[in-house]
Amino acid sequence: MKETQTIQNKAESTATTERISGSEAVIKCLLAEGVETLYGYPGGAIMPVYDELYKYQDQIHHVLTRHEQGATHSAQGYARISGKVGVCMATSGPGATNLITGIADAQIDSTPMVCITGQVGSHLLGSDAFQETDIVGISTPVTKWNCQVTKASQIPEAFAKAFFIARSGRPGPVLIDITKDAQFEEFDFTYQKCKGIRSYKPVPDTDENALKAAAELINAAKKPLVVWGQGVILGKAEEEFKAVIEKAGIPSAWTILGASAIPTAHPLNVGMVGMHGNYAPNVLTNECDVLIAIGMRFDDRVTGNLDTYAKQAKIIHFEIDPAEIDKNVKTDIAVLGNAKTSLKRLLPLVNKNSHNDWHQEFKNLYEIEFEKVIKHDLHPTKEGLTMAEVLKEINIQTKGDAAIVSDVGQHQMIACRYAEFNKTKSNITSGGLGTMGFALPAAIGAKMAAPDREVVMIAGDGGYQMTIQELGTIFQQKVPVKIVVLNNEFLGMVRQWQQLFFDKRYASTEMTNPDFIAIAKGYSIEAKKVTERKDLKTAIKDMIDCEGPYFLEVRVEKEDNVFPMIPTGASVSDIRLE
Amino acid sequence: MSTENKQFTISIYTENNIGLLNRISAIFQRRHINIESLNTSPSEIDGVSRFTIVVNITESQMKKIQGQIEKQVEVIKAFYHTEEEIIYQESCIFKMRSNLLFDERQIQNIIKESNARIVTVNRDFFVIEKSGRKEEIDLLHRELTVFGIMQFTRSGRIAVTKDEMKISSMLKALQH
Ligand SMILES: Cc1ncc(C[n+]2csc(CCOP(=O)(O)OP(=O)(O)O)c2C)c(N)n1
Ligand SMILES: [Mg+2]
Repeated sequence: MKETQTIQNKAESTATTERISGSEAVIKCLLAEGVETLYGYPGGAIMPVYDELYKYQDQIHHVLTRHEQGATHSAQGYARISGKVGVCMATSGPGATNLITGIADAQIDSTPMVCITGQVGSHLLGSDAFQETDIVGISTPVTKWNCQVTKASQIPEAFAKAFFIARSGRPGPVLIDITKDAQFEEFDFTYQKCKGIRSYKPVPDTDENALKAAAELINAAKKPLVVWGQGVILGKAEEEFKAVIEKAGIPSAWTILGASAIPTAHPLNVGMVGMHGNYAPNVLTNECDVLIAIGMRFDDRVTGNLDTYAKQAKIIHFEIDPAEIDKNVKTDIAVLGNAKTSLKRLLPLVNKNSHNDWHQEFKNLYEIEFEKVIKHDLHPTKEGLTMAEVLKEINIQTKGDAAIVSDVGQHQMIACRYAEFNKTKSNITSGGLGTMGFALPAAIGAKMAAPDREVVMIAGDGGYQMTIQELGTIFQQKVPVKIVVLNNEFLGMVRQWQQLFFDKRYASTEMTNPDFIAIAKGYSIEAKKVTERKDLKTAIKDMIDCEGPYFLEVRVEKEDNVFPMIPTGASVSDIRLE
Repeated sequence: MSTENKQFTISIYTENNIGLLNRISAIFQRRHINIESLNTSPSEIDGVSRFTIVVNITESQMKKIQGQIEKQVEVIKAFYHTEEEIIYQESCIFKMRSNLLFDERQIQNIIKESNARIVTVNRDFFVIEKSGRKEEIDLLHRELTVFGIMQFTRSGRIAVTKDEMKISSMLKALQH
């Protein structure tokens, strides 16, 4: 690994030298980085490290998941709720390849994660040895950085860099592949935390002139609209963000990953943008005169057709990653930097304002959405249960203090639309990759990182079965997560598309499901099934009151659709209400 | 910004790293951008490598690609330039049958006029080397083709910019 010799870390010396094995060094590196919990699965090529974990089990908690994908999502859930780096570990070959989905998910959702994989001995590299796979090659396009370590002496620097890169700037996943001989080899260990890397500038400088120009546009705007993303949360900029929008009186909408940065009930919060977002912010995106994007990346699920996206508006983009500027939407003013510092500096430059008439437009459109969609979702008059009424009941009974970990599909969109959040870092879901199977393991990680918080997982009957084996982890670790499956006996989101765009040809979307209650009980998890509205309240109360993990299956209407909806290729303002 | 394809020569200053070529080429591959030529070498700065990549894309694509390249942790800086902004060379070698040197006298003239040179001659074959601009090499290739070329290969482009790169001062600033 040549790069450790050539990259000059501006490091600070922390420890004295001691002679230990590479695998013990791995543990010591983790401890030096403040890691308390990691998720993983053992196998031949990583056994020396597991042997050390055994010795250090009083200092570091290794959680055995039931699949390496589960380990990655648990590490992600851990990172998303805590802001700390999630750590996972796997053996070589299939263990390592099983990490890829979670790594790709963390990459596209900017989640700080360090993955450690075992590798065959260095003398076997390239020989197609048993369980040898080129995981560095495979993971390259989905990692922020990765490397292979073939000598024990390279371990400290590799870990120092890995943690620094994972958590700094725009966070992301990194992977360290360690050959088995490097794990056994003894060397003189010292650890120096990485303080900087010559070729890597995590946070670009914020240009005062750009800030002033942005403030000028904002101050002159008659119809400003803020769309914020996860950058506000990752940058720990919630307070600065709130201060700016409150002072300038700007209606503010969120992307899925930005949700919960300010409370749902905040008067300036006008809801979610994007494909299944709220009517008002989507429609008014094409009427605002200044669009202020903060820590978001204009994903196609947010923008719909780019040719008709906010063409009338001047665009200001606050962003930490220079590569995002003008990537999808051409900006008029780019303010680079960390959201926290940029917004703090912006605050004195913006004028007080209230934009009352403009706010009224949002209220008017909300009324339309309420009549056409929300009312029927939350207060259904038909017999079948809706997903939204389950969310409503969870909101009531957790008083909006729960973290909601959702999977991917209709229930996810409903969860994001209707969950009420009081606290930041409360909406944990796979946004960019849309990984079914994310929720159950992510909820485990979230609950372990924030044991004092109520963590409610919401999954569909499809996605739940993609990582259902993690019930074993919950059982063994006694993680008190609340598991809600909204069972429509369909791959609902795909079925909705088949209904709307493929003439109801329901190809392979109907599911014959197992007895979920029996499965949960098989893991000694308390479980209940609700099929009627009258039982919903008590069932959710039982779930919330339960001290341990709890499984709740709710049979919902089989063929409900999620609206509003921007069909693919349509403009945000052509959002359909039915 | 122009929506026409233009030829850009990209210069990337990087740390030496085994995996970096992979990361950089993947940026082009994902976007279906053909790499016309690629060269890696040491640079004017100790321990810093330089990639020189030639592509035909629009300027707005080019800007995005530059951002994606610079985003890589081990990339120090990426620049792109049009043909007018650089001095560049490519080089090529031809292997030809030795008897041609005596039977086809014009070959000597072609070599002279094109500023190519003979690197080696032996009983069976001789080798011509030429450095220059792409069109010059194309021309020489056309002229020699009629005599039968045993082997031909051409290098990636190498280029320096007419203006200063400012990379050294940047590195100094990073290092303190
Ligand atoms: C791993 C993976 N495979 C396939 C998909 C495509 N997909 C998106 S939503 C969905 C259906 C999800 O069904 P279910 O989990 O029951 O949730 P519902 O939509 O019914 O609420 C599918 C198959 C995906 N997002 N992820
Ligand atoms: Mg379903």
